[in-house]
Amino acid sequence: MSLATHTIAELRRLLDAKEVEAKDIIDSVLDAAEKQDDRIGGYLSWDREKAYADAAQAPEGPLQGIPIAIKDLINVKGHPCGCASKILTNYVAPYDATSIVNLREAGGIPLGRANMDEFAMGSSNENSGIKPAHNPWDLERIPGGSSGGSAAVVAANEAIAALGSDTGGSIRQPAAFCGCVGLKPSYGRVSRFGLTAYASSLDQIGPLTKTVEDAAILLGAISGSDPNDSTCLDESVPDYRGSLEGSIAGKKLGLPKEYFTEGIDPAIRSAVEAAAKQFESLGAEIVDVSMPHTEQAMGVYYIIATAEASANLARFDGVRYGHRSPEASNLAEQYAKSRAEGFGHEVKLRILLGTYVLSSGYYDAYYLRAQKLRTLIRQDFTNAFEQVDALLTPVSPAPPFKIGEKASDPLAMYLADIYTTSANLAGICGLSLPCGFMTPKDGAREVPIGMQLLGAPFAESTILQLGHHYEQATDWHTKQPALG
Amino acid sequence: MARTDYFATIGLEVHVQLKTASKMFCGCAVEYGAPPNSRTCPVCLGMPGALPVLNQGAIERTVLAGLLLGCTTPPISKWDRKNYYYPDMPKNYQISQFDLPLCLGGGVPLDHFAYPKDAQKAIANPGKVVKLTRIHLEEDVAKSTHHSSSSSIDFNRAGTPLMEIVSEPDIESPEEAFAYLNSLRQILVYGDLSDADMEKGQMRCDVNVSVRKRGQEKLGTKIELKNMNSMSNVRRALKYEIDRQITELEEGRSITQATWRWDDDLGETQMMRTKEDAHDYRYFPDPDLLPVETAAILTKVRTAVPELPHEKRERFVTAYQISDYDASVLASERALADYFETAADGAKAPKKVANWVINNLLSVLNEGSIPISDCPIPAEALRELVDTIEKGEISNNQGKEVFAVMIDSGQSPGEVIKEKGYEPPMNDTGELDAFIDQVIAENPKPVEDVKSGNVKSINFLTGQVMKLTKGKANPKVVSELIGKKLS
Ligand SMILES: [Zn+2]
Repeated sequence: MSLATHTIAELRRLLDAKEVEAKDIIDSVLDAAEKQDDRIGGYLSWDREKAYADAAQAPEGPLQGIPIAIKDLINVKGHPCGCASKILTNYVAPYDATSIVNLREAGGIPLGRANMDEFAMGSSNENSGIKPAHNPWDLERIPGGSSGGSAAVVAANEAIAALGSDTGGSIRQPAAFCGCVGLKPSYGRVSRFGLTAYASSLDQIGPLTKTVEDAAILLGAISGSDPNDSTCLDESVPDYRGSLEGSIAGKKLGLPKEYFTEGIDPAIRSAVEAAAKQFESLGAEIVDVSMPHTEQAMGVYYIIATAEASANLARFDGVRYGHRSPEASNLAEQYAKSRAEGFGHEVKLRILLGTYVLSSGYYDAYYLRAQKLRTLIRQDFTNAFEQVDALLTPVSPAPPFKIGEKASDPLAMYLADIYTTSANLAGICGLSLPCGFMTPKDGAREVPIGMQLLGAPFAESTILQLGHHYEQATDWHTKQPALG
Repeated sequence: MARTDYFATIGLEVHVQLKTASKMFCGCAVEYGAPPNSRTCPVCLGMPGALPVLNQGAIERTVLAGLLLGCTTPPISKWDRKNYYYPDMPKNYQISQFDLPLCLGGGVPLDHFAYPKDAQKAIANPGKVVKLTRIHLEEDVAKSTHHSSSSSIDFNRAGTPLMEIVSEPDIESPEEAFAYLNSLRQILVYGDLSDADMEKGQMRCDVNVSVRKRGQEKLGTKIELKNMNSMSNVRRALKYEIDRQITELEEGRSITQATWRWDDDLGETQMMRTKEDAHDYRYFPDPDLLPVETAAILTKVRTAVPELPHEKRERFVTAYQISDYDASVLASERALADYFETAADGAKAPKKVANWVINNLLSVLNEGSIPISDCPIPAEALRELVDTIEKGEISNNQGKEVFAVMIDSGQSPGEVIKEKGYEPPMNDTGELDAFIDQVIAENPKPVEDVKSGNVKSINFLTGQVMKLTKGKANPKVVSELIGKKLS
């Protein structure tokens, strides 16, 4: 079996026993990518020589010798950082993101730029300005998004693990669609410095891995306070890996009734309900809870995220870096043409929406109202976590759809995030992990089903522990896509 | 209708660069004259992924400015993004403060001596305090230079802490606008908040001005004026613009709300853009920065509030018995005021010290453009010199000689007096008695004159004693002794 199919924990043992070297792992990962990534589209680029050089210098640590794929919006010094957008063609990051500095300090090797929806705007990876990515379980289907490339390369064993970012479900949803583990940390757990911003009050960097244990290891490595990010928690990082084994007996798991309504695919509903039974058999207690403002989350999310994005993406103007239109004859034209040529359709749509909701005369009706509702959504979670240790929900109401199927219907596409956006609005943490398989009505191939464990702010240990126990008791995570 | 039937309403928005070592949101040095774009980093260049971090020193300075100007600081102050596209704005939004600025209210007392010199005799509203709306903190933009077919941008200035001080439309004349800026500048320099030099761009101002007829309640249509880079330019531009607006109205035309630009060479204002081009800045809270809780900052800054110029002036007048004018000169600059106070405290005649500082010291320093901080005579040495003269140990003229040497050599007065051989006069009555008795004996006629009430003859007798003592006697003491003996 190729080294690329291994987990971080397994490779750690092999590396420490000197049975393999970092170079072997890098070669294994990149050989797989070279062999099959033209069909997956998970990577935008990679640099074997740089990885060798980094491996040679990697300090001792939990990730020493382990290559990690990096979503194309996290800055790694000297690597391209194009956010899968034409407007940043040939842009090379001038500095390391704090999460990358932390990753390197743990011995990790940033390897490869993972495909994504342009500027993280999308749930299917179809909005990549470079190329779509494909679901390794069924190449006709989307891998999810926006961290679609990160999930696809992990699931297809072209990476050991990956970093993604989650603004409204962008780690959890592709992890569910590709059958891997994805963790959205609490807002402020991982520094955002060096993460090209989509929506600053919602964005978090997090791991996509093959097991919950790996997610715990990788989260521990990239987390920590950061003087360069005022919104980053100024507290020490718990030993996530070390707390996985603790008993979950007596833990209370809430099932929010608003997450199991009409719109959900029956196969997904029954897989998550079966998972609840599994947790009961592991000693956990299942409790029904209510989150009355769940329905508002989607609208609130699209107002707040696009408002912030409209300002965050204003810097891409062709003045200092990025695409500058050769057609422009004056400043206004340079702005208009550079941006018109550089941004894709969905990005333009969201910038327009965000500009609109902040405009004079509309601000109170949209942005301000959304902020008030956001407080109520956060309150829903505060109330829930007074009763339970974690919430158990589906990740997506439907299985991954076929590429191109919903391209003309953005609203239908936005529904894919219906169970995930609330966590970002509330700043809580969420873990997505496999809980079954299904064959969609319009297909013949099986695709994974994911479930979501939501925890209170900075209660990552709780959801990782629950996820780990579930994973130990099931074998969904051991299944591999047949890529031939 | 006569032109004097109109009156002007003026409000000022003043931007002040704060004196901090580093920029508002990154660690880059604030440094003028450095090579272009050498004081930059991903944050102040607006690179993808970079995040702002608040400069605590800039916040403290702004809160201090608020305390000096009588503002209140709300318990929570927050940061907002002001969205507009311009090449000198790296992120295409400026981090500023919208609805919760660091300071609210307050005012600037217009100092009598802050008015233009030619206007000080006829001040319309003596003792006026111009009310402030608010003071907020934001980041400065980069500096663009336009060439024939291209432009270049230096981002060294981008991100420099900039304080915006907004006045109420409370100013009625170009002279008051001048006095406002001058008083404000003096206070900011006093607080060591900024050098506030308009010609260096450390203090910039936009002016809103409208005119209306007396008795008319509704404000006239306002014009915004830009590009005045000195206080006298502000005065000139306002004079021109008020006159222009009155002419428009008198000739039956109306004023359109617009931004006009002052052309200093032509001495006139020119239209830049009308209201239709106005921006919708789409302010919203900056999610990258947490709101600031101000209580602890206020407590810290309160201990650092310096005495204000006008407070100092009033204290100088009563404490040292000097004129209001002298006090205003001495209090005009904090370092000068400190120098004077050190010299005057414990001096035999503080008023004389004031005269020496204003008439002798300042003229020498001004001539050589030497700042008071580099003054070659320590304040204590000046006090010693004036005391020595006051005690009659050297004459006033000798004092001036000594002073000239002190300026050049930095020596103490004692050393110079010794070198010059100025011997202290005879003060000892026992020693003087013999000389006085001799002169009284030798000059019966003047002695009689004195006895019969001709006080002038004492001077003659004193002169004789001075002759006898070869000028070593203290004439004051001699006169007193003669008077006593002959009474
Ligand atoms: Zn900087």
